[in-house]
Amino acid sequence: MARGMVIVGAGECGGRAALALRDLGYEGPVTLVGDEPHPPYERPPLSKDAMVSDAPEIRAIASDEVLAEKSIRHIHSVQAVAIDREAHKVRLSDGSVLPYDKLLLATGSTPRKLPMPGLGRRCVYLRTFADALAIRAHLRAGRRVAIVGGGFIGLELAAAARKLGAAVTVIEAQPRILMRGVPAEIAEIIHDAHVAEGVDILCCDGIASIADDGNEVRVTLAGGREIVADLAIIGIGAVPVTGLAAEAGLVIDNGIAVDAELRTGDPDIFAAGDCCSFPLAVYGGRRVRLEAWRNAQEQGALAARNMLGAGEAHAAVPWFWSDQYGLSLQIAGLADEGRSIVRRDLGDGAFILFHLAEDGRLVAASGIGPGNAVARDIRLAEMLIAKRAQPAPEALGSQAIKLKSLLAA
Amino acid sequence: MSDWVAACAAGDIDEEDVMRFDHGGRTFAIYRSPDDEYFATDGLCTHEKVHLADGLVMDDIIECPKHNGRFNYKTGDARGAPVCVNLRTYPVKVDAGKVLVQIG
Ligand SMILES: Cc1cc2nc3c(=O)[nH]c(=O)nc-3n(C[C@H](O)[C@H](O)[C@H](O)COP(=O)(O)OP(=O)(O)OC[C@H]3O[C@@H](n4cnc5c(N)ncnc54)[C@H](O)[C@@H]3O)c2cc1C
Ligand code: FES
Repeated sequence: MARGMVIVGAGECGGRAALALRDLGYEGPVTLVGDEPHPPYERPPLSKDAMVSDAPEIRAIASDEVLAEKSIRHIHSVQAVAIDREAHKVRLSDGSVLPYDKLLLATGSTPRKLPMPGLGRRCVYLRTFADALAIRAHLRAGRRVAIVGGGFIGLELAAAARKLGAAVTVIEAQPRILMRGVPAEIAEIIHDAHVAEGVDILCCDGIASIADDGNEVRVTLAGGREIVADLAIIGIGAVPVTGLAAEAGLVIDNGIAVDAELRTGDPDIFAAGDCCSFPLAVYGGRRVRLEAWRNAQEQGALAARNMLGAGEAHAAVPWFWSDQYGLSLQIAGLADEGRSIVRRDLGDGAFILFHLAEDGRLVAASGIGPGNAVARDIRLAEMLIAKRAQPAPEALGSQAIKLKSLLAA
Repeated sequence: MSDWVAACAAGDIDEEDVMRFDHGGRTFAIYRSPDDEYFATDGLCTHEKVHLADGLVMDDIIECPKHNGRFNYKTGDARGAPVCVNLRTYPVKVDAGKVLVQIG
């Protein structure tokens, strides 16, 4: 009898992979092991809609009923603690052992910890639904929130906290918010939106010390300024969860290293989603690790196909979005691949920056605007990037020329 | 059976494109296919209630502008993560240059 497929990590990627195995017609055992108590759920709402709702709810990727209906065994609240590659077995924290034919590691990432003393129970991170509930309980008028880190999660939380009436200070050590991956012109629009909503953004100032007495957090900046808050939320990035893979002797290189088919050095072990680094074909095989929802989805599905022997290489273009107030940002590709920028205005303050490589190839597009104003053109840009197109800069910059027409060219 | 409602002029929508149409407190999306046929579905994505008319039409697929969920707008079928609930579709006809939708 088949030992079946085991997936470690019941998040976006693991959940999608399990569903994909069944959609592909695989009939052997599928077991999803997760250390959270919930069925696989979507994380993006945790810093957006769910955070401003009176009673945040989980948005499941596959509910318990769906998992049962598809004969996907979900072992929850349990950690995978060791892999015996020789015997093809995974040992769990409850002492049980799962045999596998193919194993997928979809262990995700976890918030980077602020490496300093003084943090206590009023200093929190956001990754899980449980984290979100704990934060939500503090967000209301009269509360003071300090957000350490001007990245996406911190800024989305700042917007949510303002909506709920809390006073918000964002502390960013870099010269500006969203330093990583977002062009300055777009970061400035987001910065201004936060300031207009009453958020205090402090850039260029690192943290000298933190003192948390359990009721109040006192953050002292290198420049001498002191911020007192009821809650400090730390959002300084994420690190891949690689311990299990490393213990098993798999190669770690900014994440669990996999090839274009998402396979580790062990032919029967795959890794996908936030936890893995992989060669990105669209940039000549540059090794990257993405922390993005659609990537987790796509890689979960691709890993499932390859666990069943498809031998298919990853070919997607990275894509990311963020919502803050009424603004939506979308980025296709990695902007740092570009050498020059062409701007296209779409009206209503919405615009897209096209990032071109030295040879004129379109390598990324970043857009921002109200609602979903940039969505269509970002999607078309993504297809142009995938085609490795070299569109004329004048055409990209002119609203009169439809991007769809460039795609046909 | 309810009446046919005029949504727009046939020329208001480009080929392989979509337009939003609000009527009686509801919102719809009206499509013109690459082979010049017209279709109508509910206006909001079944994932997060976003207006599909801001999305991209390719062949017989409408892609949601928010998270790229896909539907076949001719049948309403959900065509891939994150959408799993189908869209409702409505009969459409073109009469004297007007696009009419039968809103049930
Ligand atoms: C608050 C928030 C907002 C976000 N917003 C956006 C957004 O707007 N746009 C966007 O593109 N992306 C966004 N993301 C990122 C996106 O959610 C992630 O890229 C995605 O969740 C990655 O999926 P994953 O399955 O790889 O990892 P995860 O979703 O992190 O799932 C991994 C799971 O594995 C579990 N696990 C780890 N090790 C073990 C073990 N040994 N045994 C058992 N279980 C284990 C973890 O606890 C976790 O449940 C956001 C993330 C967060 C946290
Ligand atoms: S709102 Fe349409 S895919 Fe999410």
